[in-house]
Amino acid sequence: MSRRIISVLMENEPGALSRVVGLFSQRGYNIETLNVAPTEDESLSRLTLTTMGDDYSIEQITKNLNKLIDVVKLVDLSEGYHIERELMMIKVRAIGNAREEIKRSVDIFRGQIIDVTQTTYTIQLAGDAEKLTAFIGAVGEAVILEVVRTGVSGISRGEKILKL
Amino acid sequence: MTVTEDTKVEMLSGGDMLIRALSDEGVDIMFGYPGGAALHIYDAIFRQDKVKHILVRHEQSATHAADAYSRVTGKVGTVLVTSGPGATNAITGIATAFMDSIPMVVISGQVPSDKIGQDAFQETDMIGVSRPIVKHSFMVQNPEDIPEIVKKAYYIAASGRPGPVVIDVPKDLTAPNVTFEYNYPDSVSMRSYNPVQKGHSGQIKKAVKAILAAKQPVIYIGGGAIHGNTPELVTKVIRTLGYPITSTLMGLGAYPSTDKQFIGMLGMHGTYEANTAMHKSDMIFAVGARFDDRVTNALEKFCPNAQIVHIDIDPTSISKTIPADIPIVGPAESVLTEMLPLLEKGKGKIDQEALTSWWVEIDESREKHGLYTQNRFDDKSEMLKPQEVVQAVYQVTKGDAIVTTDVGQHQMFAAQYYMFDKPRKWVTSGGLGTMGFGIPAAMGAQFAFIDETVVCFTGEGSVQMCIQELSTLKQYNLPIKIININNQALGMVKQWQDMNYDGRYSEILYEDSLPDFVKLAEAYGHVGIKVTQRDELKGKLEECFAMKDRVVFMDIYVDPNEHVYPMQIPLQSVGDMFLSKTERTA
Ligand SMILES: Cc1ncc(C[n+]2csc(CCOP(=O)(O)OP(=O)(O)O)c2C)c(N)n1
Ligand SMILES: [Mg+2]
Repeated sequence: MSRRIISVLMENEPGALSRVVGLFSQRGYNIETLNVAPTEDESLSRLTLTTMGDDYSIEQITKNLNKLIDVVKLVDLSEGYHIERELMMIKVRAIGNAREEIKRSVDIFRGQIIDVTQTTYTIQLAGDAEKLTAFIGAVGEAVILEVVRTGVSGISRGEKILKL
Repeated sequence: MTVTEDTKVEMLSGGDMLIRALSDEGVDIMFGYPGGAALHIYDAIFRQDKVKHILVRHEQSATHAADAYSRVTGKVGTVLVTSGPGATNAITGIATAFMDSIPMVVISGQVPSDKIGQDAFQETDMIGVSRPIVKHSFMVQNPEDIPEIVKKAYYIAASGRPGPVVIDVPKDLTAPNVTFEYNYPDSVSMRSYNPVQKGHSGQIKKAVKAILAAKQPVIYIGGGAIHGNTPELVTKVIRTLGYPITSTLMGLGAYPSTDKQFIGMLGMHGTYEANTAMHKSDMIFAVGARFDDRVTNALEKFCPNAQIVHIDIDPTSISKTIPADIPIVGPAESVLTEMLPLLEKGKGKIDQEALTSWWVEIDESREKHGLYTQNRFDDKSEMLKPQEVVQAVYQVTKGDAIVTTDVGQHQMFAAQYYMFDKPRKWVTSGGLGTMGFGIPAAMGAQFAFIDETVVCFTGEGSVQMCIQELSTLKQYNLPIKIININNQALGMVKQWQDMNYDGRYSEILYEDSLPDFVKLAEAYGHVGIKVTQRDELKGKLEECFAMKDRVVFMDIYVDPNEHVYPMQIPLQSVGDMFLSKTERTA
């Protein structure tokens, strides 16, 4: 079993996303993260999902995704060199001494504080999934008020592209 | 309909466009049932005479009829239903077509756009409900898109691995008072959908080598071998090689069943010779078959010595259950066309000595337990046996009928004892196993070929699931022949309860509630004939088939305790079978 990042280029049409998601639930595959947005060509969406699977189930997943009429192309990014990023916004309780300490952690992790009140910070952090999880560990569960993560996006390194 | 003078552009309402598009697509018949959300469409049907609409008695039947129409003609079947209950009633038939890869377009009315999502009267999310059982679906959002959507729907349904496509049409988009420019596209291209047209030539060469090198080969065909010219190509390949061939339930007829190289159907109720040969084989050449669980039995025990060559148009079918050693993704027709000359050229390489002893082995199997070397049922018994009913129908119809079935023991007996020498004559629900399929399917087949003999083998259980279509048969004068193999029980379930539950017959008997089928047939204006004795069977069947222009309902009482054999032993290999109530393979 390994974690895979599958990136899908598909028609930006109603129903397309539910077909992708439906495929997973119907065949007993799990989706860990999922994000989707239109590309520079408005008629296409780029969907990125992460899933756990062995070679057999990943092959089945990619074949079945390819079979969906709305799917134009897809790539298993984890097969090659790639960059992955996830964005997290995290709201923490920040009072007294903790304010300085949290700010230091934000700097170490190269995050930004994007909203401040007398009692809270809202922090933005980008990176791979591990880094985000590490940050959550660093600030400590006790101060966390809310966590929002976008799920993983990814792109291949170098000349390799996923395009029409 | 208005035609503006100068441009000659045709202006049509959404409803008119829909029906016109069907007609331009070449649809001549559709099966359906009206209702509120589809009324504008039904009005459009009334005002034209190109597309004929058949009023069934239940939407499930519309889908089965269209499905069978497609199976016997190779064309795409068409269904029209209303929203809500009309749409949900169609679901079983859509799933049936989906499982058997049958091309079909189902148009469902939907509540008006501005009511969608409001739990409006007869609103069902048809796109959502049907999603896992369609090849694709469209929700119409602008009436102008209707012609293109229709074009795409038929293209998607028929190409690649065929399947059902749903078009959901909100009522307001078919309103008669608003018109749009109508143009039916000549062709369609979709950047996201390009089914393969050809197999990989390198793989084909590799496959040819493996096929020619085999010493104990079996060719295993499935429903994918029915399409286009594939049956002729399969036959040529088999003749060239001299190898044995077996077929799944879905592939019957693609190769002549009475030919000596045909070793019968394989799988759960396959012949001893086919299942045994598969198990011992050193090379299995699968054409349009998908190694499903009714064939393979336990996957880890499947054909331990065999190299697998697998042609399939659907990459998801390859190495799904059984890993293919030489996979070829492509239409069987084009792959076999490319293969045939290579096989002809290389056939000198076949080890004839090995092949001869392989045939000796197979012929021994046939002699020992084969279904066609002698009757493996008691044909002297007090009660009629279901097997001999099928045999008798086969003889009386000279093997030339289009045969539909319901689901159960009678279906398996029909598959075993009616010999199909031509493709598209055998219409059965294989993948979903839908009871209720038989009569509506016979109806669809008879519409396609009004002069041919259409037989429906059914059971007293299944037949009651769509029996209301006796009325449709009357309305349209469709003289199908219904062979009700009446064992007074849900026989297939009973067999499993005999074999696995110590004969605890849970909910498979009707007590004294079975209708008098003869009277029932008569009530619908048809002929009913009851048969209980062996010596009257042939005569009554002849009487039945002589009534060319009548529906005849043959209610034939058979031994309620008969089982279907062979039957694969659960969790064992392909070749492990029960052969009768008392015998099994070693
Ligand atoms: C719609 C549906 N419900 C239930 C089943 C399960 N089932 C399979 S065979 C069978 C018995 C069919 O009885 P009958 O039509 O009398 O045929 P027989 O087996 O007796 O020949 C049943 C209930 C099914 N295949 N389809
Ligand atoms: Mg029965």
